[in-house]
Amino acid sequence: MAYAAGVDVGSTQTKAVIINEDREIVGRALIDTGANVVHAAEQAFDLAVQDSGLRDTEIEYVIGTGYGRYRVTFGNAQITEISCHGRGAAQMFPGTRTVVDMGGQDTKAIRISPTGEILDFCMNDKCAAGTGRFLGAAARALDIPLQDLGPTALKFNKPVRISTTCTVFAESEVLSWLGKGKKIEDILWGVHQSIASRSTSLLRRVGVEEQVTFTGGVTKNTGMIRALEEKLETKLNVSDDSHYMGALGAALFGLDRILASRNPRDSVEVSR
Amino acid sequence: MKITAGIDVGSTYTKAILIDENHQILGRSLRPTGFKLDKVSQNTYQESLTTAGLQPSDVDYVIATGIGRHQVAFKDVHVTDLTGSARGAAFLFPKTRTVLDIGGQTMKASRLDDTAKVKSFRLNDKCAAGTGAFLEKTARYMGFSTDEIGPLLTTSKEPVPISGVCAVFAESEVINHLSLGTPPSDIMQGAIESLVDRAVQLMKRAKAEPQYTLVGGIMRFDTMAQSVRDHLKSEVNVPDPEMVQFVAALGAAILGQRRLRLLAESKNARAVDVA
Repeated sequence: MAYAAGVDVGSTQTKAVIINEDREIVGRALIDTGANVVHAAEQAFDLAVQDSGLRDTEIEYVIGTGYGRYRVTFGNAQITEISCHGRGAAQMFPGTRTVVDMGGQDTKAIRISPTGEILDFCMNDKCAAGTGRFLGAAARALDIPLQDLGPTALKFNKPVRISTTCTVFAESEVLSWLGKGKKIEDILWGVHQSIASRSTSLLRRVGVEEQVTFTGGVTKNTGMIRALEEKLETKLNVSDDSHYMGALGAALFGLDRILASRNPRDSVEVSR
Repeated sequence: MKITAGIDVGSTYTKAILIDENHQILGRSLRPTGFKLDKVSQNTYQESLTTAGLQPSDVDYVIATGIGRHQVAFKDVHVTDLTGSARGAAFLFPKTRTVLDIGGQTMKASRLDDTAKVKSFRLNDKCAAGTGAFLEKTARYMGFSTDEIGPLLTTSKEPVPISGVCAVFAESEVINHLSLGTPPSDIMQGAIESLVDRAVQLMKRAKAEPQYTLVGGIMRFDTMAQSVRDHLKSEVNVPDPEMVQFVAALGAAILGQRRLRLLAESKNARAVDVA
């Protein structure tokens, strides 16, 4: 059995996934990236190996992805997270044509072909509005844990309209609504709607085609899933492993290379 | 002697100032704004009265300005912060034609005519990258408080470039620089340079003309003004460090004096008419 690993070093969290030859996930790990990016990549990989019960020498190929992919010093290759999210989404949900990846500092809209190739993509590159950080700022302002954001927001009654674009200003807007006596759940739902509408406009720029698969850390937030589904007027594909989609895609590319090296004649087809 | 008050409720700090007919400052106070704008404006005003040894009944006219001006319950009238800053800057530096005002959450460039009226202005209103919040965030990412920014800047030798497109993205840049061993002072100065870059762009869009007067809390840092000078290749006016945050409040109080004079004149005029 051959094993490949993908290590996705994101701005906020680092994810590692190990897959077997049947493209099944056999090990996974998730840690905060922190300041020492090289160390985070190593640690996530080690933890995923432990989780799989394998020895690290059994992993034949490691691909780094995410913004810190070049800091995966033990990796055999690097592939952009755009390609990896597309590939992972196409594997997990074969009907995927559009991917929305929402991470700690960026949101990406990716359109893919039926085989998982990237047709087009768009990302917020100059501004953190509409990313996971916006949720983080709201959570800090309201002093509630990140994982409670979605469930709390979904209790809304009379949503508050959040008008600020900037993530930094959002914190003060949230507090000022609180000062005006608005309910936490109503403010939070407003925050979710604001992010959903920014991401939707990003998605419209690449063109939204069903099915839409939601990837990245924010997939853990049930409120965000609902807010996006309402704005996009479609169901989203989400799984418990959506958080690992970039790492999964990287591992899949790694497996391609292992298999290609065994059958050199096929290598042309999978040389991406 | 008529006494007027200017209350400037800014996004980060609230300032109150009391002046007499000769524009002499009688008292003043500054407090973090927080989120109870009515309360903070009342408290700041009260504190300024205490420093002046005055009672509320001694004050003839109160003008509120700043983003929270509508929440000042005891005001007679309010003016925009652009008007307040313009009037204050022109009082301190009569030849002012352009005012750059950088506060905690805003950056404003306005052009004045020779009577201290605002002719045109440009704002940076949707993004924290061009405001005090940018410096505050940068400092916080490195574990420094706002008060430590000034001392930190004095030790900078070789500022590093900080792209300054987004206050949130700056965090990864700062972390990268720190991991490469860049001293925090050089990162901080880099943040100042990037802020000034944005400020100068904004001033150009407002078609800035000399003399330039810089106001707002950020101007407490000497390197800020120096950097603006370098970018504009021109001299700039900066009020004293203890005045620089009070310019809009001072402008409001001056407008209060003017208003009282006009009211008195029209009353006299009417009295003459009647006679």
